[in-house]
Amino acid sequence: MLDIKRIPIAALIGIVLTTLFVLAAVLAPWIAPHGNAEIVSDVPWEPMSSVHWLGTDNLGRDLLSRMIYGARITLFIAVLATALSFSLGAILGFSAAVFGGWFDTILSRLVDLLMSIPTLIMGLVVLSVLPSNLVTLILVMGILDSTRVYRLSRAVAVDINVMDYVEAAKLRGEGKAWIIFREILPNALSPLVSELGLRFIYAVLFLSTLSFLGLGVQPPDSDWGGMVKENKDGIVFGIPAALIPAAAIAALAISVNLVADWVLNRTTSLKGGRG
Amino acid sequence: MAGTKANSGKLLDIRNLRIEATVYPPGEAPRTITLVHDVSLTLEKGKVLGLIGESGAGKSTIGLSSMGYGRGGVRITGGEVILNGRDILKGGKEGLRRLRGREVCYVAQSAAAAFNPAHRLMDQVVEASLLHGTATRAEAEKRAIALFKKLSLPNPETIGQRFPHQVSGGQLQRVMTAMALCSEPDLIVFDEPTTALDVTTQIDVLSAIKDAIRDTHVAALYITHDLAVVAQVSDEIMVLRHGRLVEWGGTRQIIKEPRQEYTSALVSVHEIDHQEQQPGTAPMLSVKNVTAAYGGGHIKVLKNVSVDIFPGQTLAVVGESGSGKSTLARAITGLLPPEQGSVVFDGRTLANRLADRPKEDLRQLQMIYQMADVAMNPRQTVGTIIGRPLEFYFGMKGRERDKRVAELLDEIEMGKGFIDRYPAELSGGQKQRVCIARSLAAKPKLIICDEVTSALDPLVAHGILKLLLNLQQIEKVAYLFITHDLATVKSIADSIAVMYRGEVVRYGAKSKVLTPPFDAYTDLLLSSVPEMEIGWLEKAIKGRRMESAGN
Repeated sequence: MLDIKRIPIAALIGIVLTTLFVLAAVLAPWIAPHGNAEIVSDVPWEPMSSVHWLGTDNLGRDLLSRMIYGARITLFIAVLATALSFSLGAILGFSAAVFGGWFDTILSRLVDLLMSIPTLIMGLVVLSVLPSNLVTLILVMGILDSTRVYRLSRAVAVDINVMDYVEAAKLRGEGKAWIIFREILPNALSPLVSELGLRFIYAVLFLSTLSFLGLGVQPPDSDWGGMVKENKDGIVFGIPAALIPAAAIAALAISVNLVADWVLNRTTSLKGGRG
Repeated sequence: MAGTKANSGKLLDIRNLRIEATVYPPGEAPRTITLVHDVSLTLEKGKVLGLIGESGAGKSTIGLSSMGYGRGGVRITGGEVILNGRDILKGGKEGLRRLRGREVCYVAQSAAAAFNPAHRLMDQVVEASLLHGTATRAEAEKRAIALFKKLSLPNPETIGQRFPHQVSGGQLQRVMTAMALCSEPDLIVFDEPTTALDVTTQIDVLSAIKDAIRDTHVAALYITHDLAVVAQVSDEIMVLRHGRLVEWGGTRQIIKEPRQEYTSALVSVHEIDHQEQQPGTAPMLSVKNVTAAYGGGHIKVLKNVSVDIFPGQTLAVVGESGSGKSTLARAITGLLPPEQGSVVFDGRTLANRLADRPKEDLRQLQMIYQMADVAMNPRQTVGTIIGRPLEFYFGMKGRERDKRVAELLDEIEMGKGFIDRYPAELSGGQKQRVCIARSLAAKPKLIICDEVTSALDPLVAHGILKLLLNLQQIEKVAYLFITHDLATVKSIADSIAVMYRGEVVRYGAKSKVLTPPFDAYTDLLLSSVPEMEIGWLEKAIKGRRMESAGN
């Protein structure tokens, strides 16, 4: 089993921080001192104090509670969008590699088409046309991101598809489903897992960008990007409230990356199925 | 190079060499293993010492130590390596730099991987001489051209202007030998220089190397796993196993009167008792006038090929790389649908395309691959690998399946303790055995064996061949045995088809095919198989009627 002493220190920091963020997100209603939209002060941007640890925001809401609820919303959307982009991208990518021919060509050119438009611009256009709710947001983020996953999984699967063991399965007469899920998928997992960490971070950043531009999560709910937007005017007056969610985004990005790096290192060495 | 005369002609003296490496087993603390256990050897000026052994015997590691080099994490932890009268391990980095490329040069196994593809051959051949300042560029190039001539490369004046990908594999290996000889070193380390080449090319490279060694009076360490090859070039042979010395003696003594059991096993490795069977009346599989091509019909790789395989017998298909023998297998299995002709199996004509064949046809025709490690899914256990055909073809489940898997593991002489192992946890020979079990699990009538022993050490390959023959007795299965190794063919085939550039040039019962008069190509092929006999090389070169490919 896994020995804690043998985890490198960087990965350990990443694991601890990521766990903290996840706990905050899951337990938000129980650990947040105040409600998400509850106004606790008549004065905006109250400084940090023993009552309000991180101070209050532009409307006099407790910033710590907002941060904790923000973690919940940010992680929830990012996780769902990543899950969508991976299931969609990986399955289509593997199928394109295995079926080949016109199926592969059409799908790949379609993906090229989507990727040729900058993601942010595409996101802005689509989101300003569609009704702004969570489902659309997640769908748009997931589908736009799945193009990257498609590219990666197709490339990996094309490599695996020409291995002798896949040929042996074809000669045995196995169906496409067996080849995709039993022969290719287990061997494509390690590059995909490391990509998972990266794509999750991009999802967090993309969501923050959209919210900052006002197209993401709609008030009174707010993710961290939205909170930077709400509090950004304070910076002119020397009030640091906007920096706290910004720092949280950075900390989450780094810590998830540290974990993903470590997972990649562990899984890519030539150990066959174990370890 | 000074002071060698005082040393009574002794060039290299390795004393109690100990080489260690640290391994990192998953889930355990790193530990140190010893690769070479106190091996000593001496080599006189102008002599050739052959180092021979299986993979993991430490032969390359010892060879490289004469340059003070340890590959990836390998450390020389004990002993002395005395070259030209001084211990090179004590010379520090500067000392090694002066030594490498000037006193000792290296010829790698795969010249294609060792040359830098971005530079012209000549630049790489003269590099060492220029760096050490032993010659001006003009002198070094003159010497290189003379060496090209001596190694009988075509167009010696201009071949240096080519890039590595513009010459054939055998030629590249000779250019590499020229590179090693160019700076006029005292010692050359040849690390399996002919292993990756076809037999007919190997013989040319071998004789070129031998002539060059004789004419330049350079000493050499010749590393290989093929005793017959090393017997042609070396004065003395050292047999190694698991990093320990087994036997060391003159070439004649080692191959004629081996003193150790292991050495005699290596010498007699190709001897398998197999009685040739007479062809039956009705063939099990008959390939009729098959023509197949790649690239939409532009590159014809099989031209009008017809062969028959009889039930329970072995047809060996021999040829060099590019002769179309593996393509024949792909055409029979339906992976590459033939353009013309048909494949008749057990009285019925098989559909050309794999996708159109019923499951029953697929079951009766199984295949074993050359590289067992890539023929098995690294994420599946042995139990799953062997069990899947049972599930797939016979619908066996649970305990019934496990019981049959255990029986199959017994048949391939492995215990049922292997059932939960992953391929990465098996040795090369065990992997190939599991692949055999997987094909047997389908209870086929014919197994196509595509170069199944060429990636294995001789003794392991010997074991696999014996196993295949035993299984043929028990299961009454027929083999289509694809190989480039004629020694294998002689020991196991009932009939033989010799392929050359996509055509069958000679076909019939083994005794008939191997009896003169031969056609030119079969003669070349047969005479190119190294024999365990001193002086074979000269005789073979003299008796040739046809130039080998790559010249």
